[in-house]
Amino acid sequence: MTFELVCFYFFGAVAAAAALAVISVKNPVVAALSLVLTFFSMACVWLLAQAEFLAVALVLVYVGAVMVLFLFVVMMLDVDFAPVREGFVRFLPVGVVVAGVMLTEMLMMIGVRTLQTTPTDDPALLAGMSNMEWLGHTLFRDFLLPFEVAALILTVGLIAAIPLTLRHRSGIKTQNPGRQVMVRREDRIRLVKMPAEKNREAAP
Amino acid sequence: MIDALHDSLLGYGSTGLVVWTVLKILAIAVPVIIAVAMFVYWERKVIGWMHVRMGPNQIGPFGLLQAFADVFKLLFKEVILPTNSNKVLFFLAPMIALVPALAAWSLVPFDAGLVLANVNVGLLLLLAMTSLGVYGIILAGWASNSRYAMLGAMRAAAQTVSYEIAMGFALVSVMILTGSLNLTDIVMAQSGSKGFLDWYWLPLLPMFVIYFISGVAETNRAPFDVAEGESEIVAGFHVEYSGSAFAIFFLAEYANMILIAFLASVLFMGGWLSPLQGWVTADVPWIDWLWKGGWQWTFIKAFLFSFFYLWFRASFPRYRYDQIMRLGWKVFIPITIAWVVVAACMKYFGLVTIGA
Repeated sequence: MTFELVCFYFFGAVAAAAALAVISVKNPVVAALSLVLTFFSMACVWLLAQAEFLAVALVLVYVGAVMVLFLFVVMMLDVDFAPVREGFVRFLPVGVVVAGVMLTEMLMMIGVRTLQTTPTDDPALLAGMSNMEWLGHTLFRDFLLPFEVAALILTVGLIAAIPLTLRHRSGIKTQNPGRQVMVRREDRIRLVKMPAEKNREAAP
Repeated sequence: MIDALHDSLLGYGSTGLVVWTVLKILAIAVPVIIAVAMFVYWERKVIGWMHVRMGPNQIGPFGLLQAFADVFKLLFKEVILPTNSNKVLFFLAPMIALVPALAAWSLVPFDAGLVLANVNVGLLLLLAMTSLGVYGIILAGWASNSRYAMLGAMRAAAQTVSYEIAMGFALVSVMILTGSLNLTDIVMAQSGSKGFLDWYWLPLLPMFVIYFISGVAETNRAPFDVAEGESEIVAGFHVEYSGSAFAIFFLAEYANMILIAFLASVLFMGGWLSPLQGWVTADVPWIDWLWKGGWQWTFIKAFLFSFFYLWFRASFPRYRYDQIMRLGWKVFIPITIAWVVVAACMKYFGLVTIGA
């Protein structure tokens, strides 16, 4: 058994155990952290498969940004998950059946694919480029239009999400930093001249 | 001598390789930790001078041993575990903060060929590592079971994620001009015959400024240190930490600061290249690194940038939280998006030549 194979089994086992922890632990923050561990181990597996760009992008996007916001929300809401978990054992058989069906479907799909196409060597190695360069050439030269269309769809989704959550409230006070900076002493302070002492009339 | 050690270790096969790599890791990590200690001393001195006071001057000559006194004090203090805190996460958090801070150092090139991990996706890996550091802060805030710590963690998370975008775009522009993510390639692309005018700070001037400011914000340093905010939330995410657990947070923060200083010099100020490159070509032993370039320049530049951190801290008042968010989202991100297009045009029309 080579060192790489040992690493693969280790990362795979950690990923599977962490994925199991995501759905089984009680504490939602620990569950989110287990999901982070799952992503990280999967990135390590991809590194072993020499998909270095995908692996680092997974860590950067999902671990570095998406999961931080996820944790942020979980911590802020401080949800008590006990009522949500009440049906966990009752619906477990249904869940297992669904998971089993999904697994067979996935295995069938991958199996059919691998039977149809003979495994080829790493296309990046064949082209004499690093994995990163090859991905760049493929995405931005051969598949430029699909790539741009995907980017456009994502932008539309982003803009659509903003109007959905944007509420116009009337009567709120907003600040204008430009005007704040431009403010002068005369706008805020008015010096009033008044006599320091009053001439009180003599007591009767 | 180093070559002899290398050869004798490689004689033991893969075990020797592992030992050699561990030695290399120690050769970077130990100086980083010592540099952090001396940097804390330097910070207190500089801020002292800017406040017209002496700074630490009691322990050792010129107070030089002050940093070590502080370290020993922190190590011998009791680590207090707050009641109702999550014990595992409470102790895990400082370690999660420290590991990415030290791991990112493996990618920094100090001189041509003098780098621990010369990886092809170096720049992306660096961004990933610096973004992982925020987990330590969030977990510390949550596991402490304290309102102040929680508020600090929330602020730190939002701030780090926001400024990462501007930082990422700044790195994208460097990547566009170089055509590579390898940090050694990035430095070599800045070599040429026009001295310091060949470096990327000139074509990418707005990006350079934004990168360094985002770096200050990413490390939660003044004037962006609302995550700590002594006057509002006492000390933010590490309010419940004491002793060595606090020292680890301290170490991670300062290691990140020095890392950002090194990266700013590598990405935009030509790393180990000399500002006189191409102007002087004499061969003089001992001092020709002054115009030929060498590791000394990396350290000089990094020292200057880390000095900026202290300068900022002593000069600027703390930003208000909503103004930090406004600066990040409404000022920096639009500027960086526009300048990525400008950088692409510069590359396309051949205005920037690489390595000449």
